[in-house]
Amino acid sequence: MAIKETMTVNMGPQHPSTHGVLQLILELDGETVVKAVPHVGFLHRGVEKLTEYRSYHKALPLTDRLDYLAPMSNNLGYVLAVEKLLGITDAIPQRAKVIRVMMAEVTRIKSHLVWLATHALDIGAMTVFLYCFREREMIMDLYEKISGARMTSNYFRVGGLSLDLPAGFEQDVKAFIDSMPGHIETYEGLLSGNAIWKRRTIGVGHISAADAIDIGLTGPALRCSGVDWDLRRDNPYSGYEEYDFKVITREKGDTYDRYTARLDEMRESCKIIQQCLDRLEDGPILADVPWVCLPPKKDVLNSIEALIHQFKIVTEGFKPEPGEIYQGIEAPKGELGYYMISDGSANPYRMKVRPPSFVNLQALPQMIEGALLADVIATIGTLDIVLGEIDR
Amino acid sequence: MSQAVVAKLKQEYPAAVVDVVEHRGETTVTVQKEDIVAVCTYLKNEAGYNFLCDLCGVDYLGIEPRFMVVYNLYNIATKERLRVKAAVAEQSCCIDTVSGVWATANWHERECWDMFGIRFNNHPDLRRILMPADWVGHPLRKDYPLQGPDRQPYQGRLS
Amino acid sequence: MGVDLQRDVALTAPQAVKQNVLGDNIITTSLDKIVNWSRSRSMWPMTFGLACCAIEMMAAGAARYDLDRFGILFRASPRQADLIIIAGTVTYKMLPVIHTVYEQMPEPKYVIAMGACASSGGVFDTYSVVQGIDTALPVDVYIPGCPPRPEGLIYALIQLQEKIMREKNSFGAAIGVGEVVSG
Repeated sequence: MAIKETMTVNMGPQHPSTHGVLQLILELDGETVVKAVPHVGFLHRGVEKLTEYRSYHKALPLTDRLDYLAPMSNNLGYVLAVEKLLGITDAIPQRAKVIRVMMAEVTRIKSHLVWLATHALDIGAMTVFLYCFREREMIMDLYEKISGARMTSNYFRVGGLSLDLPAGFEQDVKAFIDSMPGHIETYEGLLSGNAIWKRRTIGVGHISAADAIDIGLTGPALRCSGVDWDLRRDNPYSGYEEYDFKVITREKGDTYDRYTARLDEMRESCKIIQQCLDRLEDGPILADVPWVCLPPKKDVLNSIEALIHQFKIVTEGFKPEPGEIYQGIEAPKGELGYYMISDGSANPYRMKVRPPSFVNLQALPQMIEGALLADVIATIGTLDIVLGEIDR
Repeated sequence: MSQAVVAKLKQEYPAAVVDVVEHRGETTVTVQKEDIVAVCTYLKNEAGYNFLCDLCGVDYLGIEPRFMVVYNLYNIATKERLRVKAAVAEQSCCIDTVSGVWATANWHERECWDMFGIRFNNHPDLRRILMPADWVGHPLRKDYPLQGPDRQPYQGRLS
Repeated sequence: MGVDLQRDVALTAPQAVKQNVLGDNIITTSLDKIVNWSRSRSMWPMTFGLACCAIEMMAAGAARYDLDRFGILFRASPRQADLIIIAGTVTYKMLPVIHTVYEQMPEPKYVIAMGACASSGGVFDTYSVVQGIDTALPVDVYIPGCPPRPEGLIYALIQLQEKIMREKNSFGAAIGVGEVVSG
């Protein structure tokens, strides 16, 4: 009589394939995963509590550090939420909206590049990692030109943008999106036909559409199970309804599908960025709402009224009327939602972030139970989690 | 559209719906906490709100009842949002779980318990999720100090 | 290898090499120097990313910045590493894990606090964040920035190399005579 014995293995929080500080307690029967229990919270920094002690403008830099692979998407969700709370969504100038969409899509490519790099590295393809980071450095240069920082950009403002585009920025973006499709083909050439890659990804980490909706998957992970849902198209924000792009869906819902879908999403992002460049017209970058927006820096240095104006907004902030709103955007990893409550004071009364990774990670146990231990690595990679926003 | 849903909900559960608020084009329905599972099941199965975006707690310190549990729902077919809230008093700090309605509520409710100390009855696995298991207190409560109970806030170099 | 050794040792023990009295193939130096040199030129940090800074650490190891040219290879196991880069926010939940990992590293071991969070808690002055990893581990080099650029990390690594080169009695400590005296 065979004795059924399982072994418990601890994975993480210090593990190169957990994409940060995720801990998994795996119960194994030989190589097969019987049970998986994720433990999160090792990076819980109290961002939601901290925002309650800061004015709306000053809480913005904290959002950069939630999903640090896609800082501008986080900024975008936050400023859209605050603008909705203030009721000034219609006052945002066209130029600011176009630049926001452009940078959000650049950010999507940036996030997907890190996903592909680490996912491939976990499965054993070192070359792709180096290539992806090479292209990512081009985006870092764009970030640095536009905001001064490589990662924590803090570029958007409630009401518009902090600065206008630097000289020659459009050409840099153009050069980037012209080169990017070729690079994506390179990645495909390295991976798509690769026998090892296919064996490690096809049929691995499968999840059905009904299960995916029930567990709350969003973003590429949901779309690859056959659910055609993209907030950019379905609940457009920041002028996304004016752009022409395809929502990438797949049917099988396995790791290989999610890989090809994300590559196609990068291609679609390049198309949206091209449309942004075509639409870019001269104009103001901040809404004409003086009780919310800072005055232009030139005026602050030259007139006492503007100086007092700036001083009042920096020290006192603005006070939205009491109420509550929810604003969801399609971040690279899924639906990023901000639920904000104002009590009429200058600080948010409560800000709840709905991080896509937090909910996506919840699907991990049902995706890996019954699979092999090596598939755990591939499935964590394909979910594209980032612990900064899971733990907040 | 969401008005129609709210009207139907009122018809179906007249005793459950406490309040309906419209703000910035979003509808918020406050319901009795005893009826939360029935209301959520109705909204999911009959009204098509098949996706639970978010579940969180809010602490209204100084107001009775003190806590509010907020459910942000989404209808993938009609692309509409609806918010349901239920008040929870501090003395009986518990509410029924909706993890049987949407599986995704599991971790959200664990987080709500961790951060606010609101218990979810019949929850399959109600443990702390973000804080260490032996942590004392619930950090997002308004009477929990930002720097924690045993550390003074940083006063700044000049003060 | 031979060329590198000659140049590096020449910086610290120049007479014999410069005068070349012993021919091309012989180098005289102190045992401490040779130990310090080999330690500082093959620092193996652990792949231990906590938050945002870890991404910049990865960028430093990747194509453009290429840490391999300093002899720095990332190792996944603490048993094979002699440098731990605390790259990100340290929380009270994470602190025991960091302690365990640090204890698993063999001597001699070095610590770099990368970024504002690891150095002082940074913007996160909250209930769950350790206000600086130096409350728990002996930090050798602090890097400011949120997050620091890869150039900042490289500068810190070079500073650490120089710090290791200044150590005294490193050979003696290795064979069990006395302690290392940091320079």
